[in-house]
Amino acid sequence: MIISVASGKGGTGKTTVAVNLALSLENVQLLDCDVEEPNAHLFIKPEIKEKISAFTTIPQVDETICTYCGKCQKVCAYNALAVIPSSKKKGTVLIFPHLCHGCGACYLLCPQKAIKEIKREIGIIESGTVANLQFVHGILNVGEVMSPPLIRQVKKHINNTKTVIIDAPPGTSCPVIAAIKNTDFCILVTEPTPFGLNDLILTVEVVRKLNIPFGIIINRSDIGDNKTEVYCRENNIPILMRIPFSEDIARLYSQGIPVVNENEEYKKEFIQMFESIRHPIKRRMSDIMNII
Amino acid sequence: MKQILIISGKGGTGKTILTASFAAISKNKVMVDCDVDAADLHLILHPNIKERYDFKSGKTAVVNPIFCNKCGKCQEVCRFDAISDAFLIDSISCEGCGLCAQVCQSNAIIMKENLSGEWYVSDTEYGPLVHAKLGIAEENSGKLVAKVRQVAKELAQKENSDYVIIDGPPGIGCPVIASLSGIDMAVIITEPTLSGLHDLKRAIEIALHFKILIGIVINKYDLNVDNTNKIEEFCKKTKIDIIGKIPFSKEVSKSIVNGIPAVLFCKNNIAENIRNIWEKIK
Ligand code: SF4
Ligand code: SF4
Ligand code: SF4
Ligand code: SF4
Repeated sequence: MIISVASGKGGTGKTTVAVNLALSLENVQLLDCDVEEPNAHLFIKPEIKEKISAFTTIPQVDETICTYCGKCQKVCAYNALAVIPSSKKKGTVLIFPHLCHGCGACYLLCPQKAIKEIKREIGIIESGTVANLQFVHGILNVGEVMSPPLIRQVKKHINNTKTVIIDAPPGTSCPVIAAIKNTDFCILVTEPTPFGLNDLILTVEVVRKLNIPFGIIINRSDIGDNKTEVYCRENNIPILMRIPFSEDIARLYSQGIPVVNENEEYKKEFIQMFESIRHPIKRRMSDIMNII
Repeated sequence: MKQILIISGKGGTGKTILTASFAAISKNKVMVDCDVDAADLHLILHPNIKERYDFKSGKTAVVNPIFCNKCGKCQEVCRFDAISDAFLIDSISCEGCGLCAQVCQSNAIIMKENLSGEWYVSDTEYGPLVHAKLGIAEENSGKLVAKVRQVAKELAQKENSDYVIIDGPPGIGCPVIASLSGIDMAVIITEPTLSGLHDLKRAIEIALHFKILIGIVINKYDLNVDNTNKIEEFCKKTKIDIIGKIPFSKEVSKSIVNGIPAVLFCKNNIAENIRNIWEKIK
C-alpha cells in the first residue's frame, strides 16, 4: 500500500506525520518527495548507501546537418528553442534548458534528424536504510525549476513489497500532483487555524480531482478554532487523528527527534490510524464513534 | 521604489504574518501575494476585489473519438503517460507539449488553451493588493507569479509608490525563482528548528544565486535557544545580517484567528519587534 502525506500549507507537521508513521510500522519504505526542501532525513538519520544523479533530457543540435528550417522552434510548446536562420552562411539554434520539458517533439519531428537528446542534471537521489526502514529522497539542485521530473524519478524507487509512505511537497500545483498521483491513500495534515483551513480546502479539491481516498490529521488540534472540525463533518471527511499541541513534541521536533521514539502512546496511535486506513470499514466505525 | 520579498524556505514560519504586518505599518506601497498555490494574505488584509482577470496559460490535448482510428501513435510518443489505452487524455498528466497532435495522422487531437487561474487587483485598508488564485491541479505557478509581480510593479510605478511588499511562495522551485527576479531585498524568515535551519540554508543559497541582498528574521527564537545560536553563528560566518528576532507568543495565533495583522493586534512586545525590523528594512 502506498500512502502519501500532503498539506496545502507548509509547516503544519506533514513531515512529522510521515516520519512518525514510518517509524511506527514494520516493513516500511519512506520516500521524501519534498525535493525542494527535503527534511525527513533530519529525523530518520539514515545511513546513505547510494547517491545517483537525476536527469532530464534536452536537445542538442548537430549544426553540420541542420538546415535552420525552423520546425523545432515551431513544435516546441515551451519556447525552449530559437532558430536563427542563416542569412549569409551560418545560422544557429539556441536552446534554453530551463524551459525545456524534455517532451521529445523537436527530436522526433526534425526533418533532418539533426537533433539528439543529451542528459541534464536536475538533482540527486539518495537512498539508504535505518534499522529495517528503507529511505529514499530527492534533492533538487538550487536554481532548478523542474521538480516534477525529479519527483517522478524518486517514485521509480517504490518498493511494492513494503508499505510505502511518501512525504509530498506543500501546495496544490504540479509538484504535489506528481508526488501523490497513483498513491492508494492520501493523509492531509492541517492545523485548525484560518490559514490551515483555507489551504486544506484547496488540497481537498486536488485529491478529489485525482480521485484518491483521503483523510485528515489535525495537528496542534487544541490551538485555533473548531471550523476545521465543522468543515470535515459537513463534507464527510474522516478525521484520522488529532494531535494536541505539546511543548514536548515541539522540543523534540526542534532537536530532530521523532516523538514515537520517545513515547509509546503515540506509536500506538499511529499504528491504529494505519489500521483504519487499511481497513476502511473500521475507519467508518471509528467515524461513527467520533460523531457520537 | 524598493521591492521587498518575504520568503521562508520552510512553510509555516510566519511569512504571511510578517508580510501583513509590514503592509499595515509601511506607507505608500503596493502589496503582492505570490503564494498563488495557497494564498493566505487575503485572510488578514481582507481585500475588496476591484478587477478580476483570467490567467490563461499552456494547453491540454483533447482527442475527438470520432476521428480517432486507434492507431496508438499518440500514446507511443507521449512522455508524460497522459494517454490511456482507450486513447483518451488524462488532463492532469498532460503537459501540453502538443507532440501527440503533431503525430496524429487523422487530425483527431486538438490542443485546447487552459484557463489556469485568476488574478485580481484589490483595495485593502492598507493599500492596493495584487493577488491570484491558481486553478486546482494547474501548472505554471511560476508564470502566474511573474504576472502578479509585473502588474504590481506597473501599479507601483503609476502611483509613485515607495515600496512593493511581496509575500513569497514556499520552497525554492519555479515560483520562488519567479518571485526573486528584480528584488531589492529578500527577507528570509525562519524558526529555530533543525528543519528551519536546513531550509534557511537552501533559501539563502537560492537568494545568493540571484545576487540578492538578504536579511534574516528568526521567529519564535526563544523556543530553542541552542538552534537560535546555531542560526546566528551560521549567519555570522556567511556574513548575512540578522535583522530581527521575534519571541514566541500565543497572541500571534490569536491575531490570525481575528484576521488582523499581528503588529496591530498584539498588545505585547511583538508589535515593537516587528516595527524595529521594518525600520531596518526601509
Ligand atoms: S528542425 Fe532540425 S533542421 Fe530544422 S532548424 Fe530544427 S534542428 Fe535544424
Ligand atoms: S524536448 Fe520538447 S520542450 Fe524540449 S526543446 Fe524539444 S520540443 Fe521543446
Ligand atoms: S494518434 Fe490520433 S488516430 Fe492514433 S490513436 Fe492517437 S488520436 Fe487516435
Ligand atoms: S500534449 Fe504532450 S503531454 Fe499532452 S497528451 Fe499530448 S503528448 Fe502527452
